Amino acid sequence: MTLIVEAQQTLGEFVLDASFTSEGGVTALFGRSGSGKTSLVRVIAGLSKPDRGRLMVDGEVLLDTENRVFVPKHRRRFGYVFQEGRLFPHLSVRQNLGYGRWFAPKTTPPENFDHIVELLGIGALLDRRPGKLSGGEKQRVAIGRALLSAPRLLLMDEPLAALDDHRKAEILPYLERLRDETSTPIVYVSHSVSEVARLADKVVIMKDGRVEAVGTPSEVLSLPSADRRDAGAVLTGVVEAIDIPHRLATIRLAQAQIVVPNAHAEEGRSVRVHIPERDVMVATQRPEGLSALNILDGIIAAIEPDGDGMARIRIRCGGDIVLARITAFSVERLDLKLEKPVFAVIKTVALER
Amino acid sequence: MHRGCGWDRRLDWLVLSDEEWTAIRLSLKVSSVAMIVSLPFGLLVAYLLARGKFWGKSILNGVVHLPLILPPVVTGFLLLVLFGRRGVIGAFLNEYLGIVLSFRWTGAALACGVMGFPLMVRSIRLSIEAVDRKLEEAAGTLGAGPAWVFVTVTLPLILPGVIAGMILAFAKSMGEFGATITFVSNIPGETQTLSSAIYTFTQVPGGDAGAMRLTLVAIVISFAALLASEFMAYLVGRRVDIE
Repeated sequence: MTLIVEAQQTLGEFVLDASFTSEGGVTALFGRSGSGKTSLVRVIAGLSKPDRGRLMVDGEVLLDTENRVFVPKHRRRFGYVFQEGRLFPHLSVRQNLGYGRWFAPKTTPPENFDHIVELLGIGALLDRRPGKLSGGEKQRVAIGRALLSAPRLLLMDEPLAALDDHRKAEILPYLERLRDETSTPIVYVSHSVSEVARLADKVVIMKDGRVEAVGTPSEVLSLPSADRRDAGAVLTGVVEAIDIPHRLATIRLAQAQIVVPNAHAEEGRSVRVHIPERDVMVATQRPEGLSALNILDGIIAAIEPDGDGMARIRIRCGGDIVLARITAFSVERLDLKLEKPVFAVIKTVALER
Repeated sequence: MHRGCGWDRRLDWLVLSDEEWTAIRLSLKVSSVAMIVSLPFGLLVAYLLARGKFWGKSILNGVVHLPLILPPVVTGFLLLVLFGRRGVIGAFLNEYLGIVLSFRWTGAALACGVMGFPLMVRSIRLSIEAVDRKLEEAAGTLGAGPAWVFVTVTLPLILPGVIAGMILAFAKSMGEFGATITFVSNIPGETQTLSSAIYTFTQVPGGDAGAMRLTLVAIVISFAALLASEFMAYLVGRRVDIE
């Protein structure tokens, strides 16, 4: 699948001028609220019409303002998962799920209803009314409803933003399974580094209506410009061992090993971990008597002072780069220099998975 | 009725005469027809007023509400001018479609429909405005075209308002008097509705008993309509859990 998006739209004071392409998988539109992510995804869905723009999926033109092409939303066959679920209150969960199938072209093979119900864990809810579901359940039903309309592209607009952390943790594994077990490409809008780090194959960072950077999560989320509260390193690894009594999983990165609290990981599974830079300390000697489980040794690859009293330290640990955010005063005090061997002390709790 | 028993004889005055039955049946027929025929127009106009953006929207709104604020006699007279045998529209209907409205029960239904129309439109319009348009947007992304969105999402969600509007229009028709009597007169068996029959009774000596009988019937019918609307609202409300 290839997706080409270009859109220019003026909405009052706000100017959207963004473009990106996707070759399938999960593409995350990432940025603060007000950065234009939702405006852009609404253009893709056909919910709003840009002043100028172009949208192509596998060579088919769905929007081309120059040639006055505008395929309406109900003919684009894009599934859309909204922030607030938007389930139909007058239909049961089963009827909600079946709604899109009604309108799907008969030639497309119907997505296996039972498979998707099982994938999202909503089998017990089928005969209930949406009004009686919890926020997390609603959102899973909304995802199932979008999937069952046999979309060629799934658009997810902050599907977890309205949920508390507990519910987020409940749905994220389903989204991972979705990414791994269905072939439907996804455009995922989010302002959460941890969600994007976990799910995305490609990240499009947006700021003030423009695309600021594009790349893989590990490339983009650690960029100096991605200066966000929970910025940090995103590393890929494989679950090597699980310690069930202590609910810990050992993950092998490029070379180093880290321990993550999680009893549900499967051995051999490829995972991503997100290490926020503010949760990493730097030591010049191996510390002892610390509660932190993960102390990686490495050498300093870069020191990037932000001119505001803080500095970002890039530490090369084996084949991975871990980021640490410390005060410029500490840099001076510890006499940190390029190529100096140091220890990165990572608070275990800071690891997502 | 067992005549002769003292108790029964005292209640004899409650027995409805054939003419009175005719008036009741006619009233029910006129009101039902007025309600059902005006429903599609009511839906359309309510939708236009709730969602439409066009020139003359406030004029349309005003015209729809006219029967509510004009004296009913004026509305009836206007109907006579427009739909009478020699009226602009009446002559056309008579000549090309063979439909005559003046001094017929169909004319009574038209008068009742016009009088109940603003109430019906108001109720439906309010419920359309209350519909969460985000749900319609969601239905669109699932592949439903505008017509299907209306049928499968909007219509079920506005059903309570539609039912309320229908009941209001029906009740208004049952009580409608001024416009009806002006437009189609008061012909027993053809255009003499419940209200006109009560009026007639009050105009003749000794008609009080008849007027009272029909008044009781009118109360019963109005109550039944109210209960029916409550019950339907309950059924619909049980089905739709508004989040």
